[in-house]
Amino acid sequence: MSQGNTQSQNAQTTGHVWDGDLEECTNPLPAWWLWAFYFTIIFSITYWVMYPAWPVGKGFTTGTSTITYKNDKGVEKTTHWSTRALLAQDLQQAREKQKPYFDKVAAMPFEAIAKDPQMSNFVASAGKVLFSDNCAACHMSGAQGKLAFAPNLVDDDWIYGGTYDKIQATITGGRHGIMPAKGGADLNDGEIDSLANYVLSLSGSQADAAKATVGNELFHGKGACFSCHGADGKGNQDIGAANLTDKIWLWADVKAGGPADKNVAAVKAVITSGLNKGVMPAWTGRLSADQIKLLTVYVHDVLGGGSKK
Amino acid sequence: MIDHGKIEKNLGLMLVLVMIAISIGGLVEVVPLFFIKGTVEEVKTPEGINMVRPYSALELRGRDIYIREGCYLCHSQMIRPFRDESMRYGHYSLAAESKYDHPFQWGSKRTGPDLARVGKKYSNEWQVQHLIAPRSVVPESVMPNYPWLMSPLDTSDVGDRMAALRTTGVPYSVSKAEYDNNVKDFGADVAKQLHIPDAKKNLIEQAQTGKYDGNAADVTEMDAVVAYLQVLGTMVDFSKFDNDSFVKFR
Repeated sequence: MSQGNTQSQNAQTTGHVWDGDLEECTNPLPAWWLWAFYFTIIFSITYWVMYPAWPVGKGFTTGTSTITYKNDKGVEKTTHWSTRALLAQDLQQAREKQKPYFDKVAAMPFEAIAKDPQMSNFVASAGKVLFSDNCAACHMSGAQGKLAFAPNLVDDDWIYGGTYDKIQATITGGRHGIMPAKGGADLNDGEIDSLANYVLSLSGSQADAAKATVGNELFHGKGACFSCHGADGKGNQDIGAANLTDKIWLWADVKAGGPADKNVAAVKAVITSGLNKGVMPAWTGRLSADQIKLLTVYVHDVLGGGSKK
Repeated sequence: MIDHGKIEKNLGLMLVLVMIAISIGGLVEVVPLFFIKGTVEEVKTPEGINMVRPYSALELRGRDIYIREGCYLCHSQMIRPFRDESMRYGHYSLAAESKYDHPFQWGSKRTGPDLARVGKKYSNEWQVQHLIAPRSVVPESVMPNYPWLMSPLDTSDVGDRMAALRTTGVPYSVSKAEYDNNVKDFGADVAKQLHIPDAKKNLIEQAQTGKYDGNAADVTEMDAVVAYLQVLGTMVDFSKFDNDSFVKFR
């Protein structure tokens, strides 16, 4: 061992000796490490003093660090540090930054918001986020809608109305599409077939003219379809009855120029089973009134399908 | 003093002592929470009714299927108190909101979005469509399809499942006294749903009136899962509280 232990002669040893010459060194810890270790101790003591740390009985040491914030009602509160208080402060600061804009959203009429360049920029960016988080799941990310599920919001066809007020009412209270099966009347298959042909003929789609004539009578008679969809088939936005005279279809998979028998079958399926779906949830609890107003302008003007009064 | 040599030469003893030493680290973090007032927030209506209630029989079956299908592997149920999360998902989760969850579904992995407040956000139709074929409504989704949820729900053992949770302290009732207690704590309507002897009847009734899968006639697993999803995060009515009402509990 004469070669290897030259260094250990300078180092301190524990004093234990095994086998006559095997010693155990006690080299001191590197100074940087030792000081880093002392620092962590000092850090943790500082932390205990400043932040909630030790449980004591039914409570805990709350620390000297405080957070001051104003809640939604404008009441200023100071409390010990906690992530919940930190969030309240964070939200308050964000609210104050957005306040000038949301104050304007609340105060300005819809048309004025849409015309004001600065406000429409705000609506476009804030509305996009709100739409993606809340609306896109059903209406799809481009608001193009989905067949037999949720309507397209970009076109100018509206089930419940496309004015500012109607859109706001739709978002606030939600919607639920209802159409009684077979018009609530006891229509047989032949009659439903005739009706389907008539409904297709309303929008100038290919249909059997003879059946459509029979369907016309059923529409305005036994089937009582006119009571919701109107005598002219143009629908009624107050109760969400669709306009049947355009070529926009939400529930029936009618393809313009597609095979007539498939189109008839698609319309028949809807008449036969009726509708008890097309549910849009009410957003009033989840979104604030200002957010709903902002989304209304977003849908009406940024997506661009809104209709004039 | 214990002779160190004895510990080092006796592996069994060392194992036990190591485990004790490590568990102290866990215990000092966990045990105080059982004693600190406000760990689990008290959330009551002005009339003194608890807002957070145990799951109904149908919702409980839905939760079991949620666990069976491993939904927790991609979805958390814990909205943390950060601005971005509260903007996207809603009010941060309260401890009280998962007090009847055994085991809780907080999770820490979000491949999909947090579901703590997904209840009532979408329609039943959307939930059904999305569970059967997620990409038909969210094209960029990577969630698997769950078409087999449209199969009939096994309702035979729902009472046993509730009884098992009862042993962990969830106030499902068996006796009249427990039932009456639930009426006091949760109101009569909820108390009925928590009564184990009526579990199967309640389950079928809720599935048929709720039409969660769009079909009143049969009771499917879809009914249960959608009923569960639609109740998530909806029990506490935050409109009854200031936005900082729950700060004082931390």
